[in-house]
Order: sequence, then C-alpha cells, then structure tokens
Amino acid sequence: MTELPRLPSSGGCRETPILKQRGQREVFCGLTGIIWLHRKMQDAFFLVVGSRTCAHLLQSAAGVMIFAEPRFGTAILEETDLAGLADAQDELDKVVDELLSRRPDIKQLFLVGSCPSEVIKLDLSKAAERMTQRHAPSVRVLNFSGSGIETTFTQGEDACLASMVPVLPQDDQRQLMLVGALPDVVEEQAIGMLEAMGIGPIKVLPAPRADGDMGVGKGTVYALTQPFLGDTHDALTRRGARHLPAPFPFGEEGTTQWLAAIATEFGVAPELFEQVTAAPRARARKAIAQAAETLKGKSIFFFPDSQLEIPLARFLTRECGMQAIEVSAPFIHKGIVGSDLDLLAEGPTISEGQDVDLQLDRAREARPDLTVCGLGLANPLEAEGLATKWAIELVFTPVHFYEQAGDLAGLFSRPMRRADLLKLEAAE
Amino acid sequence: MKLTVWTYEGPPHVGAMRVATGMTGLHYVLHAPQGDTYADLLFTMIERRNHRPPVTYTTFQARDLGADTANLFKSAAQDAYDRFKPEAIIVGASCTAELIQDDPGGMAETMGLPVPVIPLELPSYQRKENFGADETFFQIVKALAKPVERTKQITANLIGPTALGFRHRDDIQEITALLSDMGISVNVVAPMTSSPSDIARMGAAHFNVLMYPETAESAARWLEREFDQPYTKIVPIGVGATRDFVAEVAQLTGVDPYMDESRLRLPWYSKSVDSTYLTGKRVFLFGDGTHVLAAARVASDEMGFEVVGIGCYNREMARPVRAKAREMGLEATITDDYLEVERVIEALQPEMILGTQMERHIGKRLGIPCAVISAPVHVQDFPARYSPQMGIEGANVLFDTWVHPLVMGLEEHLLHMFRDDFEFHDAAGPSHHGGHAPAASADGGSAPRPTDSPRDLSGTENKSGQVIWLDAAERELKKIPFFVRGKARRNTESFAVERGVGEISVDTLYEAKAHFAR
Repeated sequence: MTELPRLPSSGGCRETPILKQRGQREVFCGLTGIIWLHRKMQDAFFLVVGSRTCAHLLQSAAGVMIFAEPRFGTAILEETDLAGLADAQDELDKVVDELLSRRPDIKQLFLVGSCPSEVIKLDLSKAAERMTQRHAPSVRVLNFSGSGIETTFTQGEDACLASMVPVLPQDDQRQLMLVGALPDVVEEQAIGMLEAMGIGPIKVLPAPRADGDMGVGKGTVYALTQPFLGDTHDALTRRGARHLPAPFPFGEEGTTQWLAAIATEFGVAPELFEQVTAAPRARARKAIAQAAETLKGKSIFFFPDSQLEIPLARFLTRECGMQAIEVSAPFIHKGIVGSDLDLLAEGPTISEGQDVDLQLDRAREARPDLTVCGLGLANPLEAEGLATKWAIELVFTPVHFYEQAGDLAGLFSRPMRRADLLKLEAAE
Repeated sequence: MKLTVWTYEGPPHVGAMRVATGMTGLHYVLHAPQGDTYADLLFTMIERRNHRPPVTYTTFQARDLGADTANLFKSAAQDAYDRFKPEAIIVGASCTAELIQDDPGGMAETMGLPVPVIPLELPSYQRKENFGADETFFQIVKALAKPVERTKQITANLIGPTALGFRHRDDIQEITALLSDMGISVNVVAPMTSSPSDIARMGAAHFNVLMYPETAESAARWLEREFDQPYTKIVPIGVGATRDFVAEVAQLTGVDPYMDESRLRLPWYSKSVDSTYLTGKRVFLFGDGTHVLAAARVASDEMGFEVVGIGCYNREMARPVRAKAREMGLEATITDDYLEVERVIEALQPEMILGTQMERHIGKRLGIPCAVISAPVHVQDFPARYSPQMGIEGANVLFDTWVHPLVMGLEEHLLHMFRDDFEFHDAAGPSHHGGHAPAASADGGSAPRPTDSPRDLSGTENKSGQVIWLDAAERELKKIPFFVRGKARRNTESFAVERGVGEISVDTLYEAKAHFAR
C-alpha cells in the first residue's frame, strides 16, 4: 500500500507497565459530550435527568457560558422525586410530553442518566422503551449514562453512540462505517478521499439525522475516528461488524496509516492510493514542519482528559520532534490505541487514571515545556510558570486528517510561541 | 422534576466553594462523584484565578458505591489535611453524595484532625448557590468567631464578598476608601481575603457592613445577636444609596457623615444636555435581589429612565423586590426560569435591559440593548480595570456601563435624518461599538440573532402569522431606524390584532404610531 511506518528501534509502549494511582480525578463527567453531540445530530434532543449540578456543568463546561439554541436541557430532580420512584417515572413522562409537543422537529430523544439518577436507580431504559412506544413512529427515544460515577468526559460520546447501535436496522451489505462525531468539514474530507479511492458505500455514525439509510451487519467494516469509543466498538462487534485497527488519523503519518488500513481492506491499488493522498500528504508535512520548528526538542506532559492523549503523543513525538515525559489517559483500551502505542517510542511514563495532587507533583518536578491539562489546572500551572494547552479545545476543534494536521500542531505551538512573544518586564 | 435550560444559580456546594475559594487557610473536603470537579474551572477560567480552589473532592465512582465510600472520604480528608495544612476545614456533600448518606460531617469530626472541622448541611435538592454561600459563611463565623475586645478606633468588618462575585474585588476597595474618608478603618473583610484566624477576631469591629445580603445576611444577624455588632442595611450602589449609606454609618458610629465628592461624576453627567435622550427610556431590570433593588433606584432617580419591570431569580429576596415593584406600580417577576424572563421581556418590549449575562443573550435575540448589573458571571465580568459597582466610582461606572449599549443622543437623530445613508444599514449598529459585525459585539449590540433561538422551547406563538404586511407598509417600516423597528413592528401588529385588522397598510402603521405615542 504505502511504506510501512518506521517502528521505534527501542520498541514501542504497548508493553510498558502502566502507572495506576487512585485519588482525586480532575476530569469532566460524560455529560460534557452533549455540548458537541447536540450540534452534530440536528434532530436530536438530549434530556439529562439529574440535578442542578448537571445543568450548571453543561452551562459552564465550554469554558464560558454558551448560548446557542440548546437542544439539551436538564430535568432537575427535586425533593418530591426522590421520595418515591413511581413518581419520578410519571414526572419524566410529563416533562418529555411537554418537550416533544413544543419541539415537533425532534426525531431522536436521548434520556441521559446522571450521578443522582444512577444512585437512586431511576430506570431510564424502561422509560425510553415506554416513550418510544408512546411517541412512535415520529420520535425514537434512547437512553445512555453520562454520569460521573460511570463515565469520564469523552466516554459520554461513546455511551451515546453505543446506545444507537442496537437499534440500527440489519444490513449485511458490504460497507464502510466511520465511527465518531467529527466536524462536518473534516468528515467530508475523509469521505472525499475514500470515495476517490473507489470505496463505498460509506456510512457515518452518528449521522446528522435519524432518518438516513444507516444499517449494520456482517458486511460492515468500521474505522474509529476517535480513540474513546470502546463501548461503541464492542456494540458494533456484537452486530457482526469488523473493526479495522489503525493509528488514529492525527498528523500526516496517522492519517496515512488510518487510510491505508481501510484501503487495504477494500483492495485499493497502491498507485491509486498514492494518487489520492500525495498532494494532501505533502501539504500536511509542510504545515506540520512550520509548527514543528517551535515544538522540536521540547518536552510535553499529558494529564488525563480526553483519551486523545496517546495518539497525540505519538503525533507530537514522531512528527513534531517533541519529547514525551508522561502520557496519561483516563482509560487505556489497548484494542483501540494499541497501534498508536506501538509507534510511541519507549521512554515516557504511561499512566491511567489519576491522583491529581501526586501527578501535579510529578509535573512540577519535571517542569515540562508544555503541559496538556483540563481547564481547572491550566491557569494555576501557568501561574507557576508552566506553559499549558487546555485539552478541551482538542475535542472542539477540527484536528483530524491531512488538512488539519498543521492546525493540530499549531494548537500546541501557539502557547509556546506566546510565552516567547510576551515581554512584560521593563526593558532594562 | 423541572425542565431547565439555563440556570441562574449553581447548586449550593458551589456557593460553599465561593466562600472557601475567597478565603485563605481554609480547605473544603467535598464528598462528590468524579465530574463535579468541573466547578474548579469557574474559578480558574471565568475569574482567572491563578490557584486551584482549595477543594479536595473524593471523586467516587460506581465501583466505590458497592464498597466503601466512607473510607474514601476519610482518606481524602486526611490527605487534604496532610498536604495543605489548613487552619480549618469545612466538609460537605454534593447532590449525589447527599443521596448515599455517608455523613461526611460526622465522619470528619471523629477523625481527630488537629484543626476545627466545620460540617455543612446544604440540601442540594431544595436550595441553590446563594443559600450555600450564605449558610457556609454563617457556619464558619459561628464556629470560629470568638468574643474579643473591641478595637480602640472605630472599625468595621466588610462582609459578603466571595470568589466569583460580581465586582466584589473592586467593591471592597471602594467601600474601604469610603469608610477611611470617615476615619473608620476595616477590621476584617470576609469571606474574601480572610483566613480562619481573621474570622476569629471579627468581634473586634464596632459594626458590620453587609455588602451583599445574598451571601452574608445570616452571619450578619448572628454577629448582631452574639457580639452586639449592628450591621448596615443600605447597599451603597448609586449616588443616593451611597449618600444614605454614609448617613447610616454616621448614625451607627456617631462619627460625622463625610463623603469626598471630588471624583463623583454621575450627577453632572446625568444633568448634562447630551443625557436628555435618556429621559424616559423604558428599562427592564433583572438579576439578584440586591443589585436589582439598587439599580431600580439609580435607573429612575439618577438616570431618568422609566422602569417598566423588575424581578429577581433568588426567591430569598422576593419580598423586598415585590415591595419595590408595588412602590413603582409594577408586578415583580420572581423566577429562576430563563424562558419566563424572556417571555416577560418580549411582552414588555423595553428599550433597554439591565440584567445578567442571560438577559444579555435575550437582548441580543430580541434586538434590545443590555447592560449587565448582576451575577451570574461571565469572564467579561472580571475586567482588568478597576470597575466597582459600589460607592462613588461605582456610580460613575454605572453611568458609563448603562449608557454604553445605547445609541448616543446625536447619533440617534442623525440616523433618523439620514436613514437612507448606505452606512446606516440595519446591521451597522451603534458607531462606538466598532466594526460592522454586531452579532459579534461584546456588549450585546443591536442586532438580533438571525435564526435558532432558545425561544423554540418556550412554545410562544408567532403572532406575526396572524396579520399580513402589505408591501408598501413593509417598505415604510424599513425606513424606521433599525433600533426601534422591532418595537414598531410589534406595536403595529398588536394594534392590528386588537382591532381585528388582517392587513397592515401604511395607514395602519401610522395609526399604531399615534396610538402608542407617549
């Protein structure tokens, strides 16, 4: 297909022992995913069944308040709901009836479980079944959990997509499915390249609307576009679909390997692959090279946040010349990020989960040139003189595939360039 | 169960965090699931704090629920003490931990930590953020304040400012200066800036300045009862209120009332002829009770606006806000439902909104200028410059902030005279807002957002569907300057509907104008 990736001579990180510590985890819960999912799925509404805290999180999670048209809301549990569970189901019916009568454009309703609804064992799957019957065929009601006791940040998207898989129609035709919510522009680029190689039909989960011709079955092969989709991966496998493991499409190398895995599966001729990818690959290399001038030789430390950490460390070390000190992720699913671990040269500490105070001690000790962390830690670390990149931007910004590879590198080089630019001291 | 889209207040434990984060030497151990740590970013991002809030979360997960969340709490509390060595610890539960009933207060008390441990009971399913802050501060004061000798000089405590408060940082400075001019120094500012040992010597002050009743009224009452410290009832926002505050302090302390007015500009600015155009501007006020009550007085007595509606989101302040509304011949809107506030504003059609960041967005959608007078806060509410709401400089700031979103006096006339000028097209917006993209205007410029809006949830009917605009009338309407056109359209439509007129002609338009002439 194309030249094989150059494996690290010292060996990759797949077998590196993983540091696991238990303590305070400074992470978002899975509800946060609603912030981008509700924009992606245009006929869906996300109804969190939870507390005032859940509503407050959704309002605050994008860094500052966002006030786009909300296709999400919170059914806030009150004292009376906690008294008896039968009430809570009735109350939920009332809220949903009210919501759907006001919003006839809604075709998919997700009941999203939260910490309080899980703890009081409010059965949302039962509620979803009942409501699906009640509102069929105009609305399909599904449920998933975005609770902090079960999910971390991007796992909310995983839980959402996984909830959609069992209700997809059976379709055994030979097809490619791309899995993961991407900005439209990026998704179209990927589909464009794959179609140019003669691959098709191509389906995308999640589809922008519920009424598409999406199905799944034995003929389906799928490629994940995000590394946090473990449950969705398992759900698709159960439906008979087959996973195409590959490094994730970040950077030129990642994108090429990801495309190559699909092209190999579909028997695309090497010449055609070359013809389709040559120009964008060259552009990606050029764009990365510019940002890499700032990044080369600099050290980087990842706090666990979005689960993009391992593929990004692979990209930044191999294509931008950075040195990884610690790469941590909320969870490490080797079936999914194994290919990236193989390519990541041995050396960095690989850690899973977090005791945030101990990890901060390590970061202060190592004094990395760049620290990737959540919004709660970024300004405090900057105040200690450590340049940071807030991780949430990585899931809100188009960063996949060739044309965005330079932007992705730029997200990391910008904080460092800024630190160099600012001259706030007296001249002499 | 209540459907909520946006909230004015967070849960009560966020109120407790605002108290803890404002203080030094205090640590908050919060029994809470993974994910509740999002609250840190309110302080590090919105307020740009350069330290993590002094909060340790237990961050329990589902697998801990079957096992032992109680032990998890104990080890978190012990680790927090060992690492941060605070002078005192507050402990409590967030909404989820409240359900599993581990009793963090009771557990922490049995641990034998060598510092005071203050348990908090904050009912998450009944109360909200302001209650949480008020109750937390009250419990801290009750536990730590000790009877001490009064200072020889007359001193005051400033109570109420917290982290993430609307301009609290600058109000402290302004009130300190105001008191200093009267020869009164400040004993303790709390909770913001104080440590547990500062709280212990609060009793040394001769009186308390209750800056924000929302966050410190319980503590003020307790200090009055226990330490015989009177507290001020007037919140010095606006010129008149600041003068009254000075008089109140003089009366409480026996010192001569004194106020240095050399920097006070609001009265003259308001009298100067350019301000004539402010006369009778119809304004709607919404926010927390304290700021709305103060703004109502400033709006009517000091700016010459006509207040057409007031309301607050915190029910604790419903009574005084209702009373103020009655006094002004209005009905108060007491609600924390953003959509209801939007409906009220839509019905009242004010020319300006003085509200919160939420109303700023309502204003954007409806094409009504808005200035922000109250929390909930946004990163913009923490300006780099000195920008108090209270005292003399506060009054100056109010004048500037409220006038800024409006189209300026002469500009308004020019727009009328040269309405066909290509640069006065609808999207141009007030010239002082810069650029020609009002949608991006930071202060809620004049352009309504074109499509999608939160209103879709509200179920309000589109009244314009009931009447038809004839072409000539539609063209005539376009000649009316954009910043009053929305109002003209709505007035004309309601005029037509009332009279059962199905088609709006140029005549209908002008009949409606005459009808609504004021």
